[in-house]
Amino acid sequence: MFDQYIVCEEGFRPLDDGRTGGVVEVRMPYYRGLALSMVEAVDLVLDGRPVPPSRTTFTVHHNTYTFDQLPGTTDDRWEMGERAQLAFETDEPLAPGEHDVAVAVRLRISYMPVPGGGRDSKRLTLAA
Amino acid sequence: MTAPAHSIKRGVSLYSFQEEYFLRTLSVEDCIREAAAFGARGIEIIPEQMIPGLPRVDDEFVDSWFSWMERYGTTPVATDLFLDTKRHRDRWLTLDEQVASFHRDIDIAVRLGVSVVRAIINTPPEVMESAAPYAEDAGVRLLLEVHAPFHYQHPWILQHLEVMHRTGSPALGLMPDMGTFVERFPRVVSERALRDGAKPELVDLIVRTYDEHGDTHALMDVVNYRGGGPVDFGLARQATHYIWTEPKSMLEHMPLIGHIQAKFYEMTDDEIEYSIPYDRIVPVLVEGGFDGYLSSEYEGNRHIQDAFPVDSVEQVRRQHAMFARLLGETTGEDA
Repeated sequence: MFDQYIVCEEGFRPLDDGRTGGVVEVRMPYYRGLALSMVEAVDLVLDGRPVPPSRTTFTVHHNTYTFDQLPGTTDDRWEMGERAQLAFETDEPLAPGEHDVAVAVRLRISYMPVPGGGRDSKRLTLAA
Repeated sequence: MTAPAHSIKRGVSLYSFQEEYFLRTLSVEDCIREAAAFGARGIEIIPEQMIPGLPRVDDEFVDSWFSWMERYGTTPVATDLFLDTKRHRDRWLTLDEQVASFHRDIDIAVRLGVSVVRAIINTPPEVMESAAPYAEDAGVRLLLEVHAPFHYQHPWILQHLEVMHRTGSPALGLMPDMGTFVERFPRVVSERALRDGAKPELVDLIVRTYDEHGDTHALMDVVNYRGGGPVDFGLARQATHYIWTEPKSMLEHMPLIGHIQAKFYEMTDDEIEYSIPYDRIVPVLVEGGFDGYLSSEYEGNRHIQDAFPVDSVEQVRRQHAMFARLLGETTGEDA
């Protein structure tokens, strides 16, 4: 459910802190919020190439986490429909124009015997 | 048609508006106003869905909540709790932690002025038993949702019934989800599968087997033998997850039933539910003397959002027009 809403059309932009890379805004494909410890993965594939989780960070309402920190974070949440910022580093600066952005979210839902989550891909235009 | 005397009330779970809330086209207040507009008077909310910052519920939200109730003439009726037994990656929550999670949700219910809390179906019976005294002191009832694929003879439900009858706690009871009375396969689900690439002949097999109330146990295997893929398997699994049981199966449990989750997938243009025979469910509730809320739970959005605009408000409006008719109210919409 909500898979088609994972990757936000707006907000795809280069990093603004001097590093090379970008930010894509993502929403959780689920009907409620979850503590971050239950967000098992938010995997990014950019233009067909997987970006390692170690090169990404995850920000909800101005709180930034590495993916190593998420499993231990039980006191902050990704709220329903909230646009989180998935920031990623790349070796080269992102080329202006369109990019293929694919995101797979894996969630640990206690009442389900199999992983929850979903996937989405969109062609996004990098904001200037 | 005149319904016999009854005290059944109409309500809406704001879950019904999840599409619009997710996309931020309806706020919590908007959802309450929409529900009130078609005569629903009881409001059910999933705190984990619509109250950012949980488990903290700040005073500002609580003040707004009660002011909305006053403004729109509604009453807070129920909250829905979750039990995140897998909160930690490497271990299960202990019994004490599970009970503490329940206590936290009972506190939230009290803050929001509701007296009914939906206990999610994965709640172990021992957690219900351990949390009952706290709920009793708080004046809150913990109602286990009887959700598909479960039914009143299933061992999981029987274990819960054993606790309820043995303890006799007034704080424990049941909340039937009307998704346990899916008489025919929701077409919004099979049509979605077709759009996702399911094989028409396998969709037909799955829907026909379900609609004939045939044996669905081996459907996934048969679909595999017939060359099905992941979409076909998903649909076959759905057919094992919906269930049809006689609505009269609720009758012997009526004293425990405090709230109804009026699940639905599609209200048609002529204001009937495509899959769930509410015209046979409501009379059972009347016969059993149910006096709580029929609380709308629209769950069709996820099956149509890929191809059609979702209008949850119109769907819930239609369900309430149907309820008003089945409950013998003279006006359906602006009551």
